[in-house]
Amino acid sequence: MAALPLYAQLINLLAAILLLLAFAMLAQRRVLSLIDLFAAQGLALSCSTAIVAYGTHQPHLYFSAGLTFLLKVLLLPWLLYRLIRKLDVKWDVEGLINVPTTMIIGLVLVVFSFNLAVPISTLASTVTRSTLGIAMATVMLSFLMMITRRKAIPQVIGFLSMENGLFFAATSATYGMPMVVELGIALDVLVGMLILGVFFFQIREQFDSLDLKHMEKLKEGE
Amino acid sequence: MTLSGFFSQFLQLAIALVLAPLLVGWVNKCRAWLSNRTAPSILQPYRTIRKLFFKDAVIAENASSIFRLTPYIVFGAMCCAAAIVPSLATDLPFARAADTIALVGLFALARVFMSLAAMDIGTSFGSLGARREMFVGFLAEPALLMVLFTASLISGSTSLPSIVDTFAHRELAIYPSLAFAGVAFVMVSLAENARIPVDNPTTHLELTMIHEAMLLEYSARHLALLEWAAALKLFNYSCIGLALFFPFGIVVSGTDWLALLGAAPALIAKLLAGGFALALIETLSAKMRIFRAPEFLGTAFMLAVLAMLVNLLLGA
Repeated sequence: MAALPLYAQLINLLAAILLLLAFAMLAQRRVLSLIDLFAAQGLALSCSTAIVAYGTHQPHLYFSAGLTFLLKVLLLPWLLYRLIRKLDVKWDVEGLINVPTTMIIGLVLVVFSFNLAVPISTLASTVTRSTLGIAMATVMLSFLMMITRRKAIPQVIGFLSMENGLFFAATSATYGMPMVVELGIALDVLVGMLILGVFFFQIREQFDSLDLKHMEKLKEGE
Repeated sequence: MTLSGFFSQFLQLAIALVLAPLLVGWVNKCRAWLSNRTAPSILQPYRTIRKLFFKDAVIAENASSIFRLTPYIVFGAMCCAAAIVPSLATDLPFARAADTIALVGLFALARVFMSLAAMDIGTSFGSLGARREMFVGFLAEPALLMVLFTASLISGSTSLPSIVDTFAHRELAIYPSLAFAGVAFVMVSLAENARIPVDNPTTHLELTMIHEAMLLEYSARHLALLEWAAALKLFNYSCIGLALFFPFGIVVSGTDWLALLGAAPALIAKLLAGGFALALIETLSAKMRIFRAPEFLGTAFMLAVLAMLVNLLLGA
Protein backbone atom coordinates (compact mmCIF):
# COMPACT_ATOMS: atom_id res chain seq x y z
CA MET A 1 0.00 0.00 0.00
CA ALA A 2 1.41 3.34 -1.03
CA ALA A 3 1.68 5.69 1.92
CA LEU A 4 -0.78 8.56 1.70
CA PRO A 5 0.34 12.10 2.48
CA LEU A 6 -0.20 13.15 6.07
CA TYR A 7 -3.20 15.36 5.35
CA ALA A 8 -5.00 12.55 3.55
CA GLN A 9 -4.37 10.30 6.54
CA LEU A 10 -5.79 12.98 8.81
CA ILE A 11 -8.88 13.27 6.63
CA ASN A 12 -9.33 9.51 6.79
CA LEU A 13 -9.03 9.68 10.56
CA LEU A 14 -11.61 12.46 10.79
CA ALA A 15 -13.92 10.55 8.46
CA ALA A 16 -13.67 7.56 10.76
CA ILE A 17 -14.41 9.80 13.75
CA LEU A 18 -17.43 11.20 11.94
CA LEU A 19 -18.77 7.71 11.41
CA LEU A 20 -18.11 6.84 15.04
CA LEU A 21 -19.98 9.95 16.19
CA ALA A 22 -22.92 9.05 13.97
CA PHE A 23 -23.10 5.69 15.73
CA ALA A 24 -22.70 7.31 19.12
CA MET A 25 -25.67 9.55 18.34
CA LEU A 26 -27.66 6.52 17.32
CA ALA A 27 -26.95 4.87 20.66
CA GLN A 28 -27.27 7.95 22.85
CA ARG A 29 -30.14 8.04 25.32
CA ARG A 30 -29.95 11.58 26.67
CA VAL A 31 -30.99 14.65 24.72
CA LEU A 32 -28.27 16.89 26.14
CA SER A 33 -25.49 14.45 25.28
CA LEU A 34 -27.03 14.16 21.83
CA ILE A 35 -26.50 17.88 21.32
CA ASP A 36 -22.89 17.60 22.52
CA LEU A 37 -22.31 14.78 20.05
CA PHE A 38 -23.83 16.89 17.29
CA ALA A 39 -21.44 19.74 18.17
CA ALA A 40 -18.52 17.27 18.13
CA GLN A 41 -19.62 16.07 14.70
CA GLY A 42 -19.65 19.66 13.50
CA LEU A 43 -16.16 20.16 14.89
CA ALA A 44 -14.84 17.05 13.10
CA LEU A 45 -16.49 18.24 9.89
CA SER A 46 -15.03 21.71 10.13
CA CYS A 47 -11.55 20.31 10.88
CA SER A 48 -11.68 17.96 7.93
CA THR A 49 -12.83 20.79 5.63
CA ALA A 50 -9.95 22.95 6.81
CA ILE A 51 -7.50 20.08 6.22
CA VAL A 52 -8.88 19.54 2.71
CA ALA A 53 -8.45 23.28 2.12
CA TYR A 54 -4.85 23.12 3.33
CA GLY A 55 -3.97 19.96 1.44
CA THR A 56 -5.47 20.95 -1.90
CA HIS A 57 -4.85 24.71 -1.76
CA GLN A 58 -8.49 25.71 -2.10
CA PRO A 59 -8.82 28.90 -0.09
CA HIS A 60 -12.61 29.07 -0.40
CA LEU A 61 -12.87 25.90 1.66
CA TYR A 62 -11.38 27.78 4.62
CA PHE A 63 -14.49 29.97 4.57
CA SER A 64 -16.81 27.02 4.56
CA ALA A 65 -14.80 25.43 7.38
CA GLY A 66 -15.18 28.62 9.40
CA LEU A 67 -18.86 28.84 8.55
CA THR A 68 -19.36 25.23 9.63
CA PHE A 69 -17.58 25.92 12.89
CA LEU A 70 -19.63 29.02 13.67
CA LEU A 71 -22.94 27.50 12.69
CA LYS A 72 -22.69 23.87 13.74
CA VAL A 73 -20.36 23.99 16.71
CA LEU A 74 -21.45 27.24 18.32
CA LEU A 75 -24.77 28.60 17.08
CA LEU A 76 -26.97 25.54 16.50
CA PRO A 77 -26.02 23.70 19.71
CA TRP A 78 -26.57 26.91 21.64
CA LEU A 79 -30.01 27.32 20.04
CA LEU A 80 -30.86 23.72 20.83
CA TYR A 81 -29.70 24.08 24.42
CA ARG A 82 -31.84 27.17 24.83
CA LEU A 83 -34.80 25.43 23.28
CA ILE A 84 -34.48 22.53 25.68
CA ARG A 85 -34.22 24.86 28.64
CA LYS A 86 -37.30 26.74 27.55
CA LEU A 87 -39.31 23.64 26.79
CA ASP A 88 -37.95 22.07 29.98
CA VAL A 89 -37.53 18.68 28.36
CA LYS A 90 -34.55 16.70 29.60
CA TRP A 91 -36.13 13.27 29.48
CA ASP A 92 -34.33 10.31 28.13
CA VAL A 93 -34.86 9.74 24.45
CA GLU A 94 -37.15 6.85 23.74
CA GLY A 95 -36.33 4.80 20.71
CA LEU A 96 -38.79 2.64 18.82
CA ILE A 97 -36.22 -0.16 18.61
CA ASN A 98 -33.74 -1.06 21.35
CA VAL A 99 -30.16 0.14 21.05
CA PRO A 100 -28.29 -3.06 20.06
CA THR A 101 -30.79 -3.77 17.28
CA THR A 102 -30.51 -0.20 16.04
CA MET A 103 -26.75 -0.54 15.91
CA ILE A 104 -26.89 -3.78 13.96
CA ILE A 105 -29.27 -2.14 11.46
CA GLY A 106 -26.77 0.73 11.38
CA LEU A 107 -23.94 -1.65 10.52
CA VAL A 108 -25.97 -3.10 7.66
CA LEU A 109 -26.61 0.43 6.42
CA VAL A 110 -22.89 1.21 6.53
CA VAL A 111 -22.07 -1.87 4.44
CA PHE A 112 -24.85 -0.90 2.01
CA SER A 113 -23.63 2.66 1.59
CA PHE A 114 -20.00 1.57 1.28
CA ASN A 115 -21.03 -0.67 -1.61
CA LEU A 116 -23.09 2.12 -3.08
CA ALA A 117 -20.16 4.51 -2.94
CA VAL A 118 -17.57 2.27 -4.58
CA PRO A 119 -18.56 2.94 -8.23
CA ILE A 120 -18.96 6.66 -7.58
CA SER A 121 -15.63 7.04 -5.86
CA THR A 122 -13.80 5.26 -8.65
CA LEU A 123 -15.02 8.04 -10.96
CA ALA A 124 -13.94 10.85 -8.65
CA SER A 125 -10.37 12.05 -8.94
CA THR A 126 -9.96 13.67 -5.53
CA VAL A 127 -7.60 12.50 -2.83
CA THR A 128 -10.51 12.21 -0.43
CA ARG A 129 -12.71 10.07 -2.68
CA SER A 130 -12.52 7.01 -0.44
CA THR A 131 -14.31 8.92 2.32
CA LEU A 132 -17.44 9.23 0.14
CA GLY A 133 -18.72 5.94 1.51
CA ILE A 134 -18.41 7.24 5.04
CA ALA A 135 -20.25 10.43 4.13
CA MET A 136 -23.10 8.40 2.66
CA ALA A 137 -23.12 6.15 5.70
CA THR A 138 -23.44 9.22 7.92
CA VAL A 139 -26.46 10.36 5.91
CA MET A 140 -28.03 6.91 6.18
CA LEU A 141 -27.38 6.67 9.91
CA SER A 142 -28.97 10.07 10.46
CA PHE A 143 -31.98 8.86 8.47
CA LEU A 144 -32.14 5.82 10.73
CA MET A 145 -31.98 8.06 13.77
CA MET A 146 -34.88 10.14 12.50
CA ILE A 147 -36.88 6.98 11.89
CA THR A 148 -36.22 5.30 15.22
CA ARG A 149 -36.74 8.31 17.47
CA ARG A 150 -40.16 9.25 18.67
CA LYS A 151 -39.64 12.71 20.08
CA ALA A 152 -39.30 15.88 18.06
CA ILE A 153 -35.90 17.19 19.19
CA PRO A 154 -33.87 14.06 18.43
CA GLN A 155 -35.51 13.97 15.02
CA VAL A 156 -34.38 17.51 14.36
CA ILE A 157 -30.85 16.66 15.49
CA GLY A 158 -30.96 13.70 13.11
CA PHE A 159 -31.99 16.07 10.32
CA LEU A 160 -29.12 18.43 11.12
CA SER A 161 -26.57 15.63 11.27
CA MET A 162 -27.86 14.41 7.90
CA GLU A 163 -26.92 17.79 6.54
CA ASN A 164 -23.46 17.29 8.06
CA GLY A 165 -23.15 14.05 6.13
CA LEU A 166 -24.20 15.70 2.87
CA PHE A 167 -21.71 18.48 3.41
CA PHE A 168 -18.97 15.95 4.03
CA ALA A 169 -19.98 14.09 0.88
CA ALA A 170 -19.64 17.34 -1.09
CA THR A 171 -16.13 18.03 0.23
CA SER A 172 -14.97 14.47 -0.25
CA ALA A 173 -16.32 13.99 -3.77
CA THR A 174 -15.73 17.38 -5.34
CA TYR A 175 -13.75 19.56 -2.92
CA GLY A 176 -16.80 21.48 -1.87
CA MET A 177 -19.62 23.33 -3.59
CA PRO A 178 -19.54 26.90 -4.88
CA MET A 179 -19.58 29.49 -2.13
CA VAL A 180 -23.08 30.73 -3.00
CA VAL A 181 -24.58 27.26 -2.68
CA GLU A 182 -22.81 26.70 0.61
CA LEU A 183 -24.01 29.99 2.04
CA GLY A 184 -27.53 29.18 0.87
CA ILE A 185 -27.53 25.78 2.54
CA ALA A 186 -26.07 27.19 5.75
CA LEU A 187 -28.78 29.81 5.95
CA ASP A 188 -31.43 27.23 5.05
CA VAL A 189 -30.36 25.05 7.95
CA LEU A 190 -30.38 28.01 10.30
CA VAL A 191 -33.81 29.19 9.21
CA GLY A 192 -35.12 25.62 9.28
CA MET A 193 -33.88 25.28 12.83
CA LEU A 194 -35.59 28.50 13.88
CA ILE A 195 -38.88 27.50 12.28
CA LEU A 196 -38.73 24.05 13.85
CA GLY A 197 -38.10 25.74 17.19
CA VAL A 198 -41.37 27.60 16.80
CA PHE A 199 -43.04 24.36 15.72
CA PHE A 200 -41.94 22.67 18.92
CA PHE A 201 -43.81 25.21 20.98
CA GLN A 202 -46.89 24.84 18.79
CA ILE A 203 -46.77 21.04 18.99
CA ARG A 204 -46.47 21.11 22.72
CA GLU A 205 -49.27 23.61 23.12
CA GLN A 206 -51.51 21.41 21.00
CA PHE A 207 -50.69 17.99 22.45
CA ASP A 208 -49.00 18.71 25.80
CA SER A 209 -46.04 16.61 24.66
CA LEU A 210 -43.35 16.49 21.99
CA ASP A 211 -44.13 12.91 21.14
CA LEU A 212 -44.75 12.89 17.41
CA LYS A 213 -47.05 9.90 17.49
CA HIS A 214 -49.85 12.30 18.40
CA MET A 215 -49.46 13.89 14.99
CA GLU A 216 -50.26 10.65 13.19
CA LYS A 217 -53.95 11.07 13.98
CA LEU A 218 -55.88 12.95 11.33
CA LYS A 219 -59.12 13.55 13.19
CA GLU A 220 -59.47 14.92 16.65
CA GLY A 221 -62.01 12.66 18.29
CA GLU A 222 -60.15 9.37 17.78
CA MET B 1 13.79 -24.70 15.34
CA THR B 2 16.72 -22.65 16.55
CA LEU B 3 18.30 -22.52 19.94
CA SER B 4 17.51 -18.84 20.34
CA GLY B 5 13.86 -19.51 19.52
CA PHE B 6 13.78 -22.18 22.19
CA PHE B 7 15.39 -19.84 24.65
CA SER B 8 13.02 -16.94 24.00
CA GLN B 9 10.03 -19.30 24.18
CA PHE B 10 11.14 -20.61 27.55
CA LEU B 11 12.00 -17.19 28.90
CA GLN B 12 8.67 -15.78 27.81
CA LEU B 13 6.65 -18.53 29.48
CA ALA B 14 8.66 -18.19 32.69
CA ILE B 15 8.18 -14.42 32.72
CA ALA B 16 4.44 -14.81 32.12
CA LEU B 17 4.09 -17.24 35.03
CA VAL B 18 6.11 -15.05 37.38
CA LEU B 19 4.79 -11.65 36.35
CA ALA B 20 1.08 -12.51 36.13
CA PRO B 21 0.33 -12.37 39.90
CA LEU B 22 2.56 -9.32 40.13
CA LEU B 23 0.43 -7.56 37.51
CA VAL B 24 -2.71 -8.29 39.53
CA GLY B 25 -0.94 -6.96 42.63
CA TRP B 26 0.03 -3.81 40.77
CA VAL B 27 -3.53 -3.21 39.54
CA ASN B 28 -4.87 -3.71 43.07
CA LYS B 29 -2.26 -1.31 44.42
CA CYS B 30 -3.20 1.37 41.85
CA ARG B 31 -6.89 0.88 42.60
CA ALA B 32 -6.22 1.36 46.30
CA TRP B 33 -4.16 4.50 45.64
CA LEU B 34 -6.78 5.97 43.36
CA SER B 35 -9.55 5.49 45.90
CA ASN B 36 -7.41 6.82 48.78
CA ARG B 37 -7.08 3.54 50.59
CA THR B 38 -3.95 1.97 52.06
CA ALA B 39 -2.59 -0.24 49.33
CA PRO B 40 -1.88 -3.92 49.96
CA SER B 41 1.62 -5.09 49.16
CA ILE B 42 2.25 -5.70 45.49
CA LEU B 43 3.32 -9.22 46.48
CA GLN B 44 -0.05 -10.03 48.07
CA PRO B 45 -1.27 -12.30 45.19
CA TYR B 46 1.88 -14.43 45.61
CA ARG B 47 1.24 -14.77 49.31
CA THR B 48 -2.36 -15.77 48.69
CA ILE B 49 -1.36 -18.39 46.17
CA ARG B 50 1.40 -19.75 48.46
CA LYS B 51 -0.98 -19.90 51.41
CA LEU B 52 -3.57 -21.74 49.34
CA PHE B 53 -1.05 -24.31 48.10
CA PHE B 54 -0.24 -25.32 51.69
CA LYS B 55 -3.85 -25.90 52.70
CA ASP B 56 -5.83 -29.11 52.57
CA ALA B 57 -8.29 -29.29 49.72
CA VAL B 58 -11.94 -29.84 50.56
CA ILE B 59 -14.08 -31.20 47.76
CA ALA B 60 -17.83 -31.64 47.78
CA GLU B 61 -19.03 -35.24 48.05
CA ASN B 62 -21.00 -35.16 44.81
CA ALA B 63 -18.17 -33.61 42.78
CA SER B 64 -17.37 -35.44 39.55
CA SER B 65 -13.99 -35.70 37.89
CA ILE B 66 -14.72 -32.55 35.85
CA PHE B 67 -14.62 -30.56 39.04
CA ARG B 68 -11.19 -31.97 39.96
CA LEU B 69 -9.73 -31.66 36.47
CA THR B 70 -10.94 -28.14 35.68
CA PRO B 71 -8.23 -26.18 37.58
CA TYR B 72 -5.51 -28.05 35.68
CA ILE B 73 -7.25 -27.65 32.32
CA VAL B 74 -7.85 -23.92 32.85
CA PHE B 75 -4.30 -23.36 34.06
CA GLY B 76 -2.92 -25.37 31.16
CA ALA B 77 -4.97 -23.43 28.62
CA MET B 78 -3.73 -20.13 30.02
CA CYS B 79 -0.12 -21.37 29.92
CA CYS B 80 -0.56 -22.39 26.26
CA ALA B 81 -1.98 -18.97 25.50
CA ALA B 82 0.98 -17.33 27.26
CA ALA B 83 3.30 -19.35 25.06
CA ILE B 84 1.52 -18.21 21.87
CA VAL B 85 1.18 -14.49 22.56
CA PRO B 86 4.41 -12.72 21.62
CA SER B 87 5.18 -10.60 24.67
CA LEU B 88 8.99 -10.59 24.41
CA ALA B 89 9.92 -11.97 21.00
CA THR B 90 8.19 -13.12 17.83
CA ASP B 91 10.59 -15.99 17.24
CA LEU B 92 8.44 -18.52 19.09
CA PRO B 93 8.58 -22.17 17.98
CA PHE B 94 5.38 -22.95 19.83
CA ALA B 95 3.37 -20.13 18.27
CA ARG B 96 3.33 -21.93 14.90
CA ALA B 97 0.98 -24.45 16.44
CA ALA B 98 -1.87 -21.97 16.82
CA ASP B 99 -3.01 -18.72 15.25
CA THR B 100 -5.28 -16.05 16.74
CA ILE B 101 -8.45 -18.05 16.08
CA ALA B 102 -7.04 -21.02 17.99
CA LEU B 103 -6.06 -18.58 20.74
CA VAL B 104 -9.68 -17.45 21.09
CA GLY B 105 -10.55 -21.14 21.11
CA LEU B 106 -8.17 -21.74 24.01
CA PHE B 107 -9.87 -19.03 26.04
CA ALA B 108 -13.25 -20.56 25.14
CA LEU B 109 -12.06 -23.99 26.26
CA ALA B 110 -11.06 -22.60 29.65
CA ARG B 111 -14.40 -20.84 29.94
CA VAL B 112 -16.46 -23.92 29.08
CA PHE B 113 -14.66 -26.04 31.68
CA MET B 114 -14.97 -23.33 34.31
CA SER B 115 -18.71 -23.19 33.72
CA LEU B 116 -19.09 -26.97 33.72
CA ALA B 117 -17.20 -27.22 36.99
CA ALA B 118 -19.29 -24.45 38.53
CA MET B 119 -22.49 -26.31 37.59
CA ASP B 120 -21.07 -29.67 38.60
CA ILE B 121 -21.64 -29.28 42.33
CA GLY B 122 -25.20 -28.17 41.85
CA THR B 123 -25.22 -25.12 44.07
CA SER B 124 -27.41 -22.28 42.91
CA PHE B 125 -24.61 -19.73 42.98
CA GLY B 126 -22.34 -21.89 40.90
CA SER B 127 -24.85 -22.31 38.10
CA LEU B 128 -25.80 -18.65 38.34
CA GLY B 129 -22.18 -17.66 37.86
CA ALA B 130 -21.72 -20.17 35.05
CA ARG B 131 -24.74 -18.91 33.16
CA ARG B 132 -23.65 -15.33 33.47
CA GLU B 133 -20.13 -16.23 32.41
CA MET B 134 -21.43 -17.90 29.26
CA PHE B 135 -23.76 -14.95 28.66
CA VAL B 136 -20.85 -12.50 28.79
CA GLY B 137 -18.58 -14.86 26.91
CA PHE B 138 -20.82 -15.42 23.92
CA LEU B 139 -21.11 -11.67 23.47
CA ALA B 140 -17.42 -10.93 23.98
CA GLU B 141 -16.02 -13.66 21.75
CA PRO B 142 -17.26 -12.34 18.37
CA ALA B 143 -16.01 -8.87 19.26
CA LEU B 144 -12.58 -10.26 20.15
CA LEU B 145 -12.49 -12.23 16.89
CA MET B 146 -13.40 -9.11 14.92
CA VAL B 147 -10.59 -7.13 16.60
CA LEU B 148 -8.12 -9.87 15.72
CA PHE B 149 -9.47 -10.07 12.16
CA THR B 150 -8.91 -6.34 11.73
CA ALA B 151 -5.27 -6.77 12.70
CA SER B 152 -5.08 -9.80 10.41
CA LEU B 153 -6.53 -7.83 7.49
CA ILE B 154 -3.92 -5.11 7.89
CA SER B 155 -1.01 -7.51 8.20
CA GLY B 156 -2.29 -10.27 5.95
CA SER B 157 -1.83 -13.10 8.43
CA THR B 158 -3.74 -14.62 11.32
CA SER B 159 -0.65 -15.72 13.18
CA LEU B 160 0.12 -13.37 16.06
CA PRO B 161 3.94 -13.33 15.67
CA SER B 162 3.73 -12.39 12.00
CA ILE B 163 1.12 -9.72 12.76
CA VAL B 164 3.53 -8.21 15.27
CA ASP B 165 6.41 -8.52 12.78
CA THR B 166 4.41 -6.60 10.15
CA PHE B 167 3.29 -3.94 12.60
CA ALA B 168 6.77 -3.36 13.96
CA HIS B 169 8.28 -3.00 10.47
CA ARG B 170 5.65 -0.79 8.83
CA GLU B 171 6.15 2.90 8.43
CA LEU B 172 4.45 5.17 10.91
CA ALA B 173 0.96 6.09 9.69
CA ILE B 174 -2.41 6.89 11.21
CA TYR B 175 -4.65 3.85 11.28
CA PRO B 176 -8.21 4.82 12.30
CA SER B 177 -9.20 1.17 12.08
CA LEU B 178 -6.59 0.22 14.67
CA ALA B 179 -7.83 2.98 16.98
CA PHE B 180 -11.38 1.60 16.78
CA ALA B 181 -10.14 -1.93 17.24
CA GLY B 182 -8.10 -0.78 20.24
CA VAL B 183 -11.13 0.67 22.00
CA ALA B 184 -13.14 -2.45 21.21
CA PHE B 185 -10.33 -4.63 22.54
CA VAL B 186 -10.20 -2.72 25.83
CA MET B 187 -13.95 -3.20 26.27
CA VAL B 188 -13.73 -6.92 25.52
CA SER B 189 -10.79 -7.36 27.89
CA LEU B 190 -12.69 -5.66 30.69
CA ALA B 191 -15.59 -8.05 30.20
CA GLU B 192 -13.48 -11.17 29.74
CA ASN B 193 -11.31 -10.54 32.78
CA ALA B 194 -14.28 -9.92 35.08
CA ARG B 195 -13.34 -6.26 35.53
CA ILE B 196 -15.55 -3.50 36.76
CA PRO B 197 -18.12 -2.34 34.26
CA VAL B 198 -19.22 -5.95 33.80
CA ASP B 199 -18.11 -7.79 36.94
CA ASN B 200 -16.31 -6.78 40.11
CA PRO B 201 -13.19 -8.84 40.90
CA THR B 202 -13.30 -7.99 44.60
CA THR B 203 -16.98 -8.53 45.27
CA HIS B 204 -18.45 -11.38 47.21
CA LEU B 205 -21.95 -10.03 47.09
CA GLU B 206 -23.86 -13.01 45.79
CA LEU B 207 -26.22 -11.29 43.43
CA THR B 208 -23.63 -9.39 41.42
CA MET B 209 -20.66 -11.71 41.09
CA ILE B 210 -19.86 -13.66 37.98
CA HIS B 211 -16.32 -14.98 38.11
CA GLU B 212 -16.20 -15.32 41.89
CA ALA B 213 -19.48 -17.23 41.93
CA MET B 214 -17.87 -19.96 39.87
CA LEU B 215 -14.95 -20.30 42.27
CA LEU B 216 -17.05 -20.54 45.42
CA GLU B 217 -16.73 -24.31 45.82
CA TYR B 218 -12.99 -24.45 45.23
CA SER B 219 -10.39 -24.47 47.96
CA ALA B 220 -6.67 -24.89 48.53
CA ARG B 221 -4.50 -25.90 45.56
CA HIS B 222 -7.40 -25.92 43.12
CA LEU B 223 -8.33 -22.38 44.09
CA ALA B 224 -4.67 -21.34 43.93
CA LEU B 225 -4.39 -22.67 40.38
CA LEU B 226 -7.59 -20.92 39.34
CA GLU B 227 -6.48 -17.63 40.88
CA TRP B 228 -3.17 -17.97 39.12
CA ALA B 229 -4.96 -18.82 35.87
CA ALA B 230 -7.13 -15.70 36.24
CA ALA B 231 -3.97 -13.62 36.72
CA LEU B 232 -2.45 -15.29 33.65
CA LYS B 233 -5.57 -14.50 31.67
CA LEU B 234 -5.26 -10.83 32.54
CA PHE B 235 -1.57 -10.99 31.65
CA ASN B 236 -2.34 -12.67 28.32
CA TYR B 237 -4.98 -10.13 27.39
CA SER B 238 -2.62 -7.28 28.30
CA CYS B 239 0.10 -8.83 26.16
CA ILE B 240 -2.24 -9.32 23.18
CA GLY B 241 -3.23 -5.67 23.46
CA LEU B 242 0.36 -4.51 23.77
CA ALA B 243 1.49 -6.72 20.89
CA LEU B 244 -1.26 -5.48 18.57
CA PHE B 245 -1.30 -1.79 19.41
CA PHE B 246 2.12 -1.04 20.97
CA PRO B 247 4.55 -3.51 19.43
CA PHE B 248 7.59 -1.43 20.37
CA GLY B 249 10.37 -3.22 22.19
CA ILE B 250 9.33 -6.72 21.15
CA VAL B 251 12.22 -8.57 19.54
CA VAL B 252 11.08 -9.09 15.95
CA SER B 253 12.58 -11.48 13.45
CA GLY B 254 15.81 -10.30 11.91
CA THR B 255 17.27 -8.78 15.07
CA ASP B 256 19.87 -10.15 17.41
CA TRP B 257 18.43 -12.40 20.10
CA LEU B 258 20.52 -10.55 22.70
CA ALA B 259 17.93 -7.80 22.27
CA LEU B 260 15.80 -9.93 24.61
CA LEU B 261 17.67 -8.22 27.44
CA GLY B 262 16.06 -4.96 26.39
CA ALA B 263 12.66 -6.50 25.64
CA ALA B 264 11.94 -7.52 29.23
CA PRO B 265 12.26 -4.00 30.76
CA ALA B 266 10.18 -2.63 27.86
CA LEU B 267 7.47 -5.20 28.57
CA ILE B 268 7.48 -4.39 32.29
CA ALA B 269 7.24 -0.66 31.61
CA LYS B 270 4.33 -1.21 29.22
CA LEU B 271 2.58 -3.50 31.73
CA LEU B 272 3.02 -0.93 34.50
CA ALA B 273 1.39 1.73 32.32
CA GLY B 274 -1.32 -0.67 31.16
CA GLY B 275 -2.09 -1.80 34.70
CA PHE B 276 -2.42 1.77 35.85
CA ALA B 277 -4.76 2.53 32.95
CA LEU B 278 -6.88 -0.49 33.88
CA ALA B 279 -7.08 0.65 37.51
CA LEU B 280 -8.04 4.12 36.30
CA ILE B 281 -10.86 2.77 34.13
CA GLU B 282 -12.11 0.63 37.00
CA THR B 283 -12.04 3.52 39.45
CA LEU B 284 -13.84 5.88 37.10
CA SER B 285 -16.64 3.56 36.06
CA ALA B 286 -19.44 1.97 38.01
CA LYS B 287 -20.56 -1.61 37.68
CA MET B 288 -23.37 -2.04 35.18
CA ARG B 289 -26.52 -4.01 35.66
CA ILE B 290 -26.00 -7.43 34.16
CA PHE B 291 -28.62 -6.73 31.50
CA ARG B 292 -26.67 -3.71 30.33
CA ALA B 293 -23.77 -6.01 29.43
CA PRO B 294 -25.22 -6.85 25.97
CA GLU B 295 -25.27 -3.15 25.17
CA PHE B 296 -21.67 -2.69 26.37
CA LEU B 297 -20.39 -5.67 24.42
CA GLY B 298 -22.64 -4.85 21.47
CA THR B 299 -20.86 -1.51 21.29
CA ALA B 300 -17.51 -3.31 21.37
CA PHE B 301 -18.63 -5.60 18.55
CA MET B 302 -19.90 -2.65 16.53
CA LEU B 303 -16.60 -0.79 16.99
CA ALA B 304 -14.66 -3.85 15.90
CA VAL B 305 -16.83 -4.31 12.80
CA LEU B 306 -16.50 -0.60 12.03
CA ALA B 307 -12.74 -0.98 12.32
CA MET B 308 -12.86 -3.73 9.73
CA LEU B 309 -15.15 -1.74 7.42
CA VAL B 310 -13.04 1.40 7.72
CA ASN B 311 -9.98 -0.67 6.95
CA LEU B 312 -11.63 -2.16 3.86
CA LEU B 313 -12.89 1.14 2.54
CA LEU B 314 -10.15 3.59 3.42
CA GLY B 315 -7.31 1.10 3.34
CA ALA B 316 -6.14 2.57 6.59
